[in-house]
This record gives sequence, C-alpha cells and structure tokens, in this order.
Amino acid sequence: MSTNAPLYCTADRTQDAVPILTKKDFQSAQEVKWCPGCGAHGILSQVQKVLARLGAPPEKVVFVSGIGCSSRFPYYLKTYGVHGIHGRAPAIAMGVKCARPDLSVWVVSGDGDGLSIGTNHLIHILRRNVDVNILLLNNQIYGMTKGQYSPTSEFGKKTKSSPLGTIEQPIHPIEIALAAEATFVARAVVADQAHMGAVIEAAARHRGASFVEIRLNCVVFNDSVLQSFSDASTRSDSWIYLEQGKPVRFGADGRKGIVARGMQPQVAVMGENGVREEDLVVHDAGGASSAQAYMLAGLHEPAFPTAIGIFRQVERPTYNDLLMSQIDGAVAKNGRGELEKLFNAGTTWDVD
Amino acid sequence: MKTFVQERSATVRFAGDSGDGMQVAGSQFADIASMTGAFVRTLPDVPSEIRAPAGSLGGVSGFQINFGDEEVLTPGDSPYVLIAMNPAALKVNLPDLQPGGIIIVDEDEFTPENLAKAGYSSNPLSDDRLSEFRVIPVAMTTLNGQAVSPHRLSPRDAARCRNFFALGLTLWLYDRPLQPMLEWLMGKFRTNRAVMGANGASLRAGHNYAETAELFRVQHTVAAARLPSGRYRRVTGNEAAALGLIAAAQRAGRALVYASYPITPASEILHELSKHKEFDVRTLQTEDEIAACVAALGASFAGAIGITGTSGPGLSLKTEGLGLAVMTELPLVCIDVQRAGPSTGMPTKTEQADLLMAMFGRHGESPMPVLAAASPADCFRMAFEAVRLAITYMTPVMLLSDSFLANSAEPWRIVSTDELPDLHAGQLPEGEEFAPYRRDPKTLARPWVTPGAPGREHRIGGLEKTDITGVVSYDAANHQRMVDLRARKIEGISRDIPLVEVTGPSDGDLLVVGWGSTYGAIAAAVNEELRAGRSVAHAHLRYLNPLPANLGSVLRRYHRILVPENNSGHLRSMLRDRFLVDAIGLPKVEGRPFRVTEITDHIEALLGGNHA
Repeated sequence: MSTNAPLYCTADRTQDAVPILTKKDFQSAQEVKWCPGCGAHGILSQVQKVLARLGAPPEKVVFVSGIGCSSRFPYYLKTYGVHGIHGRAPAIAMGVKCARPDLSVWVVSGDGDGLSIGTNHLIHILRRNVDVNILLLNNQIYGMTKGQYSPTSEFGKKTKSSPLGTIEQPIHPIEIALAAEATFVARAVVADQAHMGAVIEAAARHRGASFVEIRLNCVVFNDSVLQSFSDASTRSDSWIYLEQGKPVRFGADGRKGIVARGMQPQVAVMGENGVREEDLVVHDAGGASSAQAYMLAGLHEPAFPTAIGIFRQVERPTYNDLLMSQIDGAVAKNGRGELEKLFNAGTTWDVD
Repeated sequence: MKTFVQERSATVRFAGDSGDGMQVAGSQFADIASMTGAFVRTLPDVPSEIRAPAGSLGGVSGFQINFGDEEVLTPGDSPYVLIAMNPAALKVNLPDLQPGGIIIVDEDEFTPENLAKAGYSSNPLSDDRLSEFRVIPVAMTTLNGQAVSPHRLSPRDAARCRNFFALGLTLWLYDRPLQPMLEWLMGKFRTNRAVMGANGASLRAGHNYAETAELFRVQHTVAAARLPSGRYRRVTGNEAAALGLIAAAQRAGRALVYASYPITPASEILHELSKHKEFDVRTLQTEDEIAACVAALGASFAGAIGITGTSGPGLSLKTEGLGLAVMTELPLVCIDVQRAGPSTGMPTKTEQADLLMAMFGRHGESPMPVLAAASPADCFRMAFEAVRLAITYMTPVMLLSDSFLANSAEPWRIVSTDELPDLHAGQLPEGEEFAPYRRDPKTLARPWVTPGAPGREHRIGGLEKTDITGVVSYDAANHQRMVDLRARKIEGISRDIPLVEVTGPSDGDLLVVGWGSTYGAIAAAVNEELRAGRSVAHAHLRYLNPLPANLGSVLRRYHRILVPENNSGHLRSMLRDRFLVDAIGLPKVEGRPFRVTEITDHIEALLGGNHA
C-alpha cells in the first residue's frame, strides 16, 4: 500500500513507448448538451487540456459531481465518473479517494450544489484536506431549474423567485474555503481561458484539497454577470490578477493597487497621496495565516475590484495519506490481520 | 455444610449507580458462567445520560445475566437475584424481580440522604415492604473498605472495588470458581498491582463472607449446557456485526470502508471496526449521515466494500443516497440498528419500527434486499450475508438490527475461515465488449468494473440508464424495462437464500412468524407451548426482501398466523399484502423486548385454554 505514489504519470511521454495524451483522449462520445455560449464549454476544454498536460492516464481519473448544469461534467470526459446526488459530490469523492488513494479524483460542482445544499460537505472535505480537486462553477444563478436566485446571487437580484429582488446576503466561496483552512484556494474566470487553465493545472498539481471557484455566465438566466470582465473598458479597473510575491495592483496602467490600513484594504493610486509601489500589499499565498488571503477575498464589488488567481497555497498532510499511514502502521505493528486471531481474541472457552 | 439446589436456569441482575462498575461485574459473571459451561445471554441497561447525579433514579445502571443448562434464548423475563448497590438501584429494579427472589443490598448505602435521592420516605429494609422477597443486607462498603485497606488505594479507588465484593458474593451463591476472575484481574491490571491486589482481595472477601456468614440457606448450581462442540466467545450484536463485515471484506480480498456518523445504538460498530486497521479497515467518521452513505457508495464505486451504519433518524437522511445506490447498481450495505422512534424517540430503547421504511422508504421504484439478524451472534452471519448479496447482485442491502441485539450478548461458536464462502469477484466473460449495464444472465447483476481498468472508463449516476450501454436515457420503454430489470434482479435473490425453516409441527393450529430480535422470546414461548402439547410452530424470517421462496406455502399449512413484533404490525401488513392471509398481530412498542410470557399468554388466549 504505497501512500506516496505520484498521482500523475511521471514517465517521459516524449519517449516512443509512452503515448503522448491530447485533449481528445479525454473526450467522451457523449454529445455535450450545455447551451451554446455557456462558459462551461470552455472549462471542459481547459480541463481536458490540463489532464493531457498532466499525463493523467484516463483510467486513473475519476470525476464526481452533484446536481445542476455544471454537474453534467463527468459525462463529457472519457474517464471514470459518478454523477451523484445534489450537494453530495465531495462526500462521494472522499469515499472514492479513501478507497483508492492512487486515483486522481475531481469534484465538479456549482454554486447551488456546492454552497447551498452541499455546503457542509464542501467545508469538511476542505478542512480534512482530502487530496481531490474541486471546481466550483459559480454563475450566481440556478440555471437547471430555470432561473431562481442562488446563494451567490448579489443582494437585491431580481429573479423568478425574487421578483422584488433578493433579501439575502450572498455567500462568498473563497472566504468559505479559507475559513475551512483549505490548502489551495483559487479563483478563475472563463473569459480568460489561459489563466483559468493555469490555475486548474496548479490546483491539480497541488497535493491536498484544492478549491477553484470559476466565475462564468449563464447565457440564458444570468448573461451579464461577467459584463465587467468581457467589457475591455471596465476589465482592468474591476479585476485584479493575484501573483505570488508581487504587489497587488490593477488598472489599465497598473497604477492602482491595494494597501492595507490596519486590517482594512483600501484602493490606492500610486503617486497620489504619497502612495508608492512598496506601500502596496505584496501577495503571499503561503503565509503562516490566511488573514491576508481573507482580506483579498473580501474585495467585493462594487466597492472593490474582484481578485482572481491563487489566494492560498500551503502544504499540509492529506487525509488520505494519514488514513493509509495508520493502516500501514497497524500492519507494521500487528502484522496483516488474520481472521482466526481476530475471532479468537478475548475470553474464549471450549465445548467438547 | 453446603446445600445445593440444582436449577435448569437462573437470572441475575446487577444494579447500581452508573459509576459502580455494574457492567464490569455483570460481564465478568457472564464470562465465568460461560467458561464453566452454562449457556449465557446478557443484557445491559445503561442510562442515556452520561453522568446522571450519583444515587439518582436516572443514574441507575444494570446488567442482567440469564444462564442455563440448555440453549438460553433470551436474557430472562425477570431476575431471581437482584444485587442492588444503593436505594435507587433497588427502587428501579424491584418491579422486575420474581416473587420470592433474592435481593442482595449494600446496606451501608441506605442512608437518609441516599433514600431521599431515590424518593424513599423511609428505609425499605426496615419495614415489611420487601416481605415477599428474601432480602440479604450486607455492609458491602465497610467490608470492602476493610478488605482493600492493605493495598493503600485512595479512598475513591478503594470504593471502586466494591463491585468485586458483590461479584464474589454472587459467584459463591451460584457455586462458581474465583480462579478465572483472579486471572482476568492479573491480565487487566498488569501495570497497576495495587488495583489488581485490591480487587482480588475484595472479590475473595465477598466470596468468603457469603460462605462464613451463612448469608444464604442454599447454593444454586446450574449444570453445563450441551452446546455443539467448538470454541466459543461471547459477542454483542454490534461486535458480531463488525466481525462479520471484516470477515466478508477479507474473503472478498478488498478494503473495507465503513463510513458512519456516531449515533446510538450503532456507534459501537464504528468503534469496533476502527480498532482493526491491520485488516485494511478504513473507518470514516463523516460530517453527517448523508455523507456517510454516499462516501461508502463512492468507496464501492472505487472497488472497496462500502458500508454505512446508523439508526432510525440517520436512516431517514440516507434514503436519497440509497436511491442512488439502487440506480447506480453498486454494492453497499446499510446497517440500521433500530431504536424507538419516531424522531429522536427513545435512543437507548429497542424497537423494530423501521421495517416498512427499509422496504419502501425511498422515492421511485427502488427495491432493495432487506435482511434481519435474529440474535446477537446471528449479526455475524447476517452481516457477512449482506456483503455477499451486495456484491453478488450489485445492489445496496439493508441489514436490520436493533438496540436489543446491539447490546445483548450470547455465546458465538467461533467459525473457522474455511467455513466462510469465498467472495472474490469472478472475471468478466471473455470476448464480450464491455458495457457498464450488461448483466450477468443468471444474477442480472451488472459488472463491478472499478477505476484503473483501461478502456473501460464509464460514467454512472442517478439519471436513468439505457439498458446495457448505461448511457443516460429518457426513453419511455427503456425506463419500464430498467425498472422491471431492477425489480427482477432483487426478486431473483430468493433463489439464492435459504428456505424458511419451521420449528414445531409442519402444519397445525398456529404458526408464530417473527423477524429480527424477537427470535429468542418467540422460540422460548413456542418451546413452552410445544411442551404443553399445543399445536404451535415458529418460523423466523432473516430475509424480509425477498422473502423465502417457500413462505407462502408454509403459511397456508396453519389455521392461524400470529406475528409478534416490536412495532405496530409491519411484517403483519407485508404478509397480508403478499399472501392474502389473515395474519394476527401482536404489537409491542414499549421500548423493551417481548417477555416470553407475553407471547405464551397470547398464544393461549388464541388457542383457548388447555390443549394438553
């Protein structure tokens, strides 16, 4: 029972004997049934490319999902897959990973699946640090049930179930993940495919639970949700790309940035009010505490631009490694279990 | 001079404060009775509060032992000997005692303060309230204190030896040896010689005191029982279930993943399994009941033996996950250790009222095999059987136990590994293209192909599947076909399970049909009626879905059918529905198992007076 086997094939795939995988190797025969223009198409394509880049043998990959548009994901991948029940994908995935730590296990969920009916499981798989990759497709609306507000919909949003506007404060996925002490927390936007692919790849390579919130639009029920990104005139003022070890800056010419006044973030413009580059918050995803990541995650629109990239990336023993090391330890100490010995333990007596 | 009275069986109950060590004293008495040849069944009665106030009625903990010179089927209707360590223990247990029975009390504990805590306005030892019993007051606290004083324990630790004084007394009363007990103490307190010595001293002191003070007019003896030869140990239902699961996973050559959320009275299965990691047992204490169910299912998808365990409220939460297991046709065992409901109900009390939920409590057409263990030791066999059916037929299986079976203990004849069937999966047929829902023509099970097999990557889930290919389908005819196939698969299991056996005449006036933990009380009642010459037989169901293939014809051979159950009539409804027989119910939902007399009284009322 090897607990430290590499997840992905490390063989040199440029050698003739090892086939080089391509995106096509991960495409299932099933017709993709998402609406034309849905952001999920792009995510699927990036995931297939990432799997090929990782050299993951398709038979060793398992995608697990719950219910919702995003949860149709496993059907479109030529890997093993479980399309589960609403909200429970992390728990199913935990069972898969604990039974077979050698597999590459992925969870694909949505804002309703992961943060309404299934929030409990999401939090617990993150705090346990089960080595799975979680993609939470957040379009801030219930699409499959035809347009009700979701737990991530903005306050006041008018939908079929909230004709006068919602009266609910939204839940923030990154902050939930950070509060659960997740070891890898990131956000990507479908409109930047290259960045999203890189973030997903980093998540897959992370050993431990990785959580990626992917912002996407719903072409039918929430098409304008990423307007500020798709509109070039607003993008740079509305979005921040986090880069490890770099000052947190944004704006068309990169002159804007985030400074910390005590624990509070503020937007500052370099050169104004004596603000210099060295005054800006320098992003550190690996700090001892997640406080800075939490501050950056708390940059909510409209007061602040939205940060994307890797918020947090730290190493901690995984649940499945710890589980298997207890098993291996018991075998090392007591020998492999023998039923005769187990049955005859404790007080016994013989009858002739 | 010793005077002995030979008894066929005896029922003894130890009762005291939850801190008085009654569970230890009782189970040690049971072990010694077993080792000296008696057939023993035990039942603890533990308060649900973790630490109720000392001396209060709510804090009384009891342990009952029923032992005899033949198979003992129940822990006993009512004790003949009650050991009461304080007034509260006397008050709580007195109503159960046999008239003329023996009450041994620690008279030192009958202080005004303790009497008040038990709600006694005057001391029952000093008036004639207990005149119908033989009361043996013993200054146990004082005598124990003197016996253990050379061992220089703290006052608290010294007082904790008092249960061994009571045990010593009781062992003398039933003429049982002290030596095995002293050996047990040597093993248990190897590292604490003072405690070992003090407990031993107290035990001897109790034994000697009974002899020299001539407390009892007679000693009672119970001869050795004639059991099938072999090696035995005592197991509770929960221990036996855990052993059965480990055995099944080992015989299947697979890891065991037990996912569970702690719940009374199922938690001991989790505790027991978590001790046996060298068998590749992976226990997951999940965040909730739903996670436990689907994590076990995920483990099964990945090729492990996925098991989840719970009690009633948890079963409610697992139902959607069980439906997914029906649809995905993956092996999964769900153990429901039933307790008194609805809702939180009486968590430490027994009931059998989840049967109809086990049968039908899922949305859509979702049949599932339902098994029920009949006795504590039978939990081993049925847990093993549940795994066998789950992997042979690629289906979730419900295994019903209950609080009574979970906590009660009886001798288990230790099986040897070669008595257990091999559960390794067969190979897929050669030359046939893999399809996730291509069924075995005999069992109708789909193949259990797990990740890691190249070229067989497939996706399954809760959506309806196309027959054979497993592709998602909304086709009307296909849905009908798949619903029928899933039903036929489960019905077909009736060819793979034993026929129901009848104890007593093969036809006659009355057949008593039971299932689950009522086995002991029904069997004992029917034995009594048979001895009295009545035409009564007993059939006990371990398989509730599908039912044994011969059940219908068996039912028709008797004029009347009586169904005692710890619910309002679940099996009775099923039998009436399935076989159109006028089954008569004997429901009992008091949180307690049947007494034998409750069943014999009912049988006699039905059959009318003396038939002998």
